Amino acid sequence: MYRKLTVISLVTLLALSFSGAGIAGPREEQLDKYASATKATNPAFSGFSAARGKTLHTQTFAGGKADTPACTSCHGNDTRGAGRNPAGKAIEPMALSASPARYTDPAKVEKWFKRNCNEVLGRECTPLEKGDWLSFMASQ
Amino acid sequence: MKTPTRPLAIGLLVVAFFALVLGRAQAGGSHYFPPVADPVVKEECGSCHLAFAPSMLPASSWQRMMDKLKNHFGDDASLDPAVAAKITEYLVNNAADTGGRRHSDKLLRGVSASNAPLRITELPKWVKEHRKVPDWEWKHKDVRTKANCAACHSDAERGYYED
Repeated sequence: MYRKLTVISLVTLLALSFSGAGIAGPREEQLDKYASATKATNPAFSGFSAARGKTLHTQTFAGGKADTPACTSCHGNDTRGAGRNPAGKAIEPMALSASPARYTDPAKVEKWFKRNCNEVLGRECTPLEKGDWLSFMASQ
Repeated sequence: MKTPTRPLAIGLLVVAFFALVLGRAQAGGSHYFPPVADPVVKEECGSCHLAFAPSMLPASSWQRMMDKLKNHFGDDASLDPAVAAKITEYLVNNAADTGGRRHSDKLLRGVSASNAPLRITELPKWVKEHRKVPDWEWKHKDVRTKANCAACHSDAERGYYED
């Protein structure tokens, strides 16, 4: 009798802990938001691409500020290494593997996308670009 | 009972000496500017540059600074209005001519609050203190800008600028 109870409670506990792993965190929720926003304008959208995110991160733009033509101007070429901003302050690595606490505050992520896209691209980034870029950093 | 005059006198002298030294250290010898204590101000002002001590500029300067965050020395540093208002309140309350007065008397010499200067590095006292720093040092890759206090003042984050 007691044994049966123990087995049942153990199984329940296991099931609970596995379902817990499936709960989406703020990072996934934000990606979902970018995905639905992209789908709204482009029904053919089939998912974000870390490869496109990498291109966005490393390419040079002409529309923004002359001293920051690319994301890498400040963040550096190594996503797992620290960057440095024009004011001389160090920037923690952008790769999720190197900075696991990143991208958990959606308001902060949006704030920096807004500022940095304006500085580098001379315009705001699209939800597709944001999703691609986040996917690239999550893969790093 | 005989009073041990000599040890007492020496003891008193030692206490007086340390009281003097500590007193000076607390006053910071005019090189101490209390760092930002508010976590929101620290995060928002301190993510791109050192969160400059509010006692380094008069309240009118901070007001002017916060009114034009859209063009913050050439960068767009605009914030959510509610957050910006909270930061402004903190800076104004602890400014060089308000709550932070006792730390800033010398830095504010020759500064007119009605001019609301925006650059700490243009205050006469700042210029005088840094007159011997050669040009190449400002251009060094680890310095880059006069706003990078911590490049040379290793304890700037904690408010000390005597080195």
